[in-house]
Amino acid sequence: MKKNDFLHKHQKTLAPLLSLVLIILVTASVTPGFLKITFVDGHLFGSLVDILHRGTPTALVALGMAVVIATRGIDLSVGAVIAICGAVTAVLTVNTDWPVWIVILCALGTGALCGLWNGILVSVFNIQPIVATLILMVAGRGIAQMITEGQIVTFHSEVLDAIGNGYFLAFPIRVWIAIGLILLTVIVMRKTALGLFIESVGANVRASRLVGIEARLLVMSAYVFSGFCAGLSGIILAADIRGADANNAGLWLELDAILAVVLAGASLAGGRIYLLLTVVGVLIIQTLTTAILTSGLPVQYNLVVKATIILAVLLIQSPKTRQWLSGLFPKKEGDKKGSTTP
Amino acid sequence: MSNFVEGAQVVTRPLLKIDNLSKSFTGVQALSGVSLQIKSGEIRALLGENGAGKSTLIKVLTGVYPRDGGDILLDGNAINAADSGHAQRLGISTVYQEVNLIPTLSVMENLTLQHQEKVFGLISWKKAEIRAKALLAQVGLDIDPLRQLDTYSIAIQQLVAIARALSTQAKMLILDEPTASLDSDEIKQLFDLMRRLKAEGMGIIFVTHFLDQVYSITDSITVLRNGECIGTFNTAELTRSDLVSHMVGKSLEELAPSAHDHSIQRERKALLALNNVGKQRYLQPLNLSIAAGDIVGVAGLLGSGRTELCELAYGSVKPDQGEIRLGKHSLTKFSLRRAIQVGMGYCPEDRKQDGIVAELSVRENMILALQASRGWWSPISLSDQQGLVEDMIQRLAIKTPDMDKPIGELSGGNQQKVILARWLITHPALLILDEPTRGIDIGAHHDIIQIIKELCEQGMGLLVASSELEELVMFAHRVVVMKDHHKVSELLGEDISEQAILRTIAS
Amino acid sequence: MINERNLPILATLLVFILLYGFGVYEYRGFRDTLVFTNLLTDNAFLIITAIGMTFVILSGGIDLSVGSMIAFIGVLMAYMISSMGLHPAFAIGIALLVGVFFGTIMGVIIAFFEIQAFIVTLAGMFLFRGLAYLINLDAVPISHPFIMALSDIYVPLPGRGGLTFIAMAMLVLLVIGILVARRTRFGMSVYALGGDSHSAALLGVPVGKTIIKIYALSGFYSAMSGVIFAIYTGSAYPLAAVGVELDAIAAVVIGGTLLTGGVGYVFGTFLGAMIQGIIQTLITFDGSLNSWWTKLAVGGLLLFFILLQKGIVVWVKKRAAG
Repeated sequence: MKKNDFLHKHQKTLAPLLSLVLIILVTASVTPGFLKITFVDGHLFGSLVDILHRGTPTALVALGMAVVIATRGIDLSVGAVIAICGAVTAVLTVNTDWPVWIVILCALGTGALCGLWNGILVSVFNIQPIVATLILMVAGRGIAQMITEGQIVTFHSEVLDAIGNGYFLAFPIRVWIAIGLILLTVIVMRKTALGLFIESVGANVRASRLVGIEARLLVMSAYVFSGFCAGLSGIILAADIRGADANNAGLWLELDAILAVVLAGASLAGGRIYLLLTVVGVLIIQTLTTAILTSGLPVQYNLVVKATIILAVLLIQSPKTRQWLSGLFPKKEGDKKGSTTP
Repeated sequence: MSNFVEGAQVVTRPLLKIDNLSKSFTGVQALSGVSLQIKSGEIRALLGENGAGKSTLIKVLTGVYPRDGGDILLDGNAINAADSGHAQRLGISTVYQEVNLIPTLSVMENLTLQHQEKVFGLISWKKAEIRAKALLAQVGLDIDPLRQLDTYSIAIQQLVAIARALSTQAKMLILDEPTASLDSDEIKQLFDLMRRLKAEGMGIIFVTHFLDQVYSITDSITVLRNGECIGTFNTAELTRSDLVSHMVGKSLEELAPSAHDHSIQRERKALLALNNVGKQRYLQPLNLSIAAGDIVGVAGLLGSGRTELCELAYGSVKPDQGEIRLGKHSLTKFSLRRAIQVGMGYCPEDRKQDGIVAELSVRENMILALQASRGWWSPISLSDQQGLVEDMIQRLAIKTPDMDKPIGELSGGNQQKVILARWLITHPALLILDEPTRGIDIGAHHDIIQIIKELCEQGMGLLVASSELEELVMFAHRVVVMKDHHKVSELLGEDISEQAILRTIAS
Repeated sequence: MINERNLPILATLLVFILLYGFGVYEYRGFRDTLVFTNLLTDNAFLIITAIGMTFVILSGGIDLSVGSMIAFIGVLMAYMISSMGLHPAFAIGIALLVGVFFGTIMGVIIAFFEIQAFIVTLAGMFLFRGLAYLINLDAVPISHPFIMALSDIYVPLPGRGGLTFIAMAMLVLLVIGILVARRTRFGMSVYALGGDSHSAALLGVPVGKTIIKIYALSGFYSAMSGVIFAIYTGSAYPLAAVGVELDAIAAVVIGGTLLTGGVGYVFGTFLGAMIQGIIQTLITFDGSLNSWWTKLAVGGLLLFFILLQKGIVVWVKKRAAG
């Protein structure tokens, strides 16, 4: 009974974690050497490190997306924002002799500005989030192309190279950056009341208003944060390939990010989000991708597998399915009732 | 069981016969063994307070909810509507209070939706327009049927809804609070229409909370209370005070004046003062003052303006005239957060929509108001939170396995206590409670009344709206009686009794 | 007096006329009917997809799977014709059925499990693209006398222009779409659902059934678009039509349909897609402008129409209350 209580209570936390472990184990049994990590020249190498390395941009975007989803919103424009910020990074590096940190600040500022645009449309003009962010999703790549003048702008900068592919304390630098931002976000969200307010506004905007929490500024800052995260992700992706590709940088990343947030147990209807589990969600997606690559299966299976997993997760999360299942196991339902009604 | 008062010449079988109907929602009996009969050409008022079962009865009748037991006979045939569309085809049409039409479609499209006439398999809009005009003429509306519905006022939309209900060969028409948004001319127009339909032999169920209207249009009255049918009466033979006592479940005769001490503290300075505060189409301007340690009750039937008064006083709805003062502050231009900071608190009537944040834990729900008034940058430390919450759980006897349980999983009574605790930890000077005991079990009910009394002794000012007169009489120092969005009377001290309140409401 | 709900489509028409007029005024070549008929042919697959999307958006939903569906149906058709040796007519029939089937499945999940259309069709988008890859990794030509014959159908018009089979098929599907939307009970149910789904249910609209039909219809139209696209390009490629869902949504919105549902016209969508085509053609005629201006212009138009719709909604509400 005690054990069941534990499982029941931590069901939401355990499900993504167990899925991740399971996927890693299955892959390891199919692909020999998957778990192997070698230490060369002070750097760690191996599939697992590679997963972290590749998952970083998605994780950053998913972090911002989670905060937006908590407010009952969605940000479709992150892929386009990545392209814009990558373009800004590349063009400023090539065309100016500004110090690299100013270039990075400009790129991050551009991301935040894009987020502000979305935030204003959503919270001042009261436009549905899907609709509001769609505008930048469509126009954003055009803006990025305009900045790069339609070229793939390549650049060279030692600092940016380090951000893209460098190592620090055995791990890729970009992984450290992501860990830093994730921890900072978790601290700001949980050690101030910001997280509570955002979740409260997303879950019940009317009740929140009645206790004096005004939604407008909170919602706007969520979009600004999402734009900032996408900007950082854009810098890393540009640094990775040492160039800005306005057409393909961050393509469909918004969908992976949304998927990761949903895998972590958040509802698109707003409210509770789980930042660390969102990172686990990203790792699940990235592990699947890498696993399919290393196991020798054709890449295209990736999409079918992803689609199947989304559908399975959605169907499991659907209250309707729970109703059906509880109809099938009426005894369990009784148990539950007994424990909730005093 | 049926208390149906047989008219003198009832020889024909009833148009609608409801026999022993029951319906429950997860343990709550919403309707138990309700029986009634309606003749053709009869206008029947269906009355009862909130939660009496009126809307459940209508929704079971029209197939929105499946029933648990009982029979419904229309014209002698047992019917079982699968959904609202099916009910319409069977001959039962309903017009709801909140206009249930499609705002983005034209009047014509709304009137003919699902009943369009076709030519060669395609809808003929020419025929539809002719039909729409005929239907509109029937309810006395002369408007352009091609315009979008939401460009018209709510009153016109309501009449369009009635026109639509008549379009489907209805035998029974259910009008669920259709007059709430109509002015007196429009009401007269509606009543003329009802009389005409009555003459044509239609049976009409009329739900309203305006007693004047009940007496001016209906033939008979069915009163529901707590899901049971209290009785059916001829309108002409039932006095207003008897009707009100049936509705609230108390008869004037059996009410002895209560022995409660209503000692009035008139001398102290007003804590909350409402000066000529009102809002158009919402609440008529009124004055009210509450001193520290005062409990002021707000009584009145459903829709009388109880909730409106609470919302204006709190500031969640801004008045368009008058001034609200709390202590030395004028609240009229304050944000809610500022109002809370200077000592306001409000437990709303609709706990689920406006009170709890269901997904968040008991702890988070409880500290929400205090945290909001401090701002996000000044968090209450976890240990302080736990201390505050633990205290409140003890003090209010909240039954929860732990403080991190989502509040949505608690029973209604415990949710209400958490919301109450949410405000208590902000130490408000004035607390507004709208229906604090609605929908909670007896134990919690008792606890909450105890808490209200204690708060008053500690010097808090309280404004409590309730539909339960017994409760108000038990603790209020003064009772404001509301009717048709007016303050009709303010009872003081020894004058406060259920009898007196009932008389004021019925007068 | 002009009905306020027709304002957006009038604005669409105005934009269309202004853009086309600008082209005619500025470029000699634009005055030939050829430009117009080419617009019809080149944008046929987008218009067809957007017609299906119109129904989805009118009902308050969204369908992100259409682009992948186009690629999947094309690849499936090529596989059936080339590898299985089926007659193209037969293959097209099966491909359309497959499209309707998958659309129905998505509709069932949306209607019965009450999961947001956005995320269900997102899964569909991944799935169809993946299925397309599973059948075939590379571009394959579709060459069959029957397909050739279809491509060769051409009705010349005055000037140098003429209607291709593709353009005519699109126009037929457009007329069907308009009739279904405005002249059938199903069509009116779609509008009602998008206007207020709760009230629609109380008015007797079969909500679940209608939702399933909507996504089945969108499946049909995007499958049809896949067939047309395959005939148009003469080949099938699993990476075809990436991002067409966005173009289709943009066409619907620029065509004056309210993205939250309930208001709009299929014909507006046709204009919306044509406007995107004209912008592209103008940029080609200009020669000095770059291709990203298309995206910026489309984004700007999107913003304009969304704000216009919002303004109308707010204005109507204020007027009804006052």
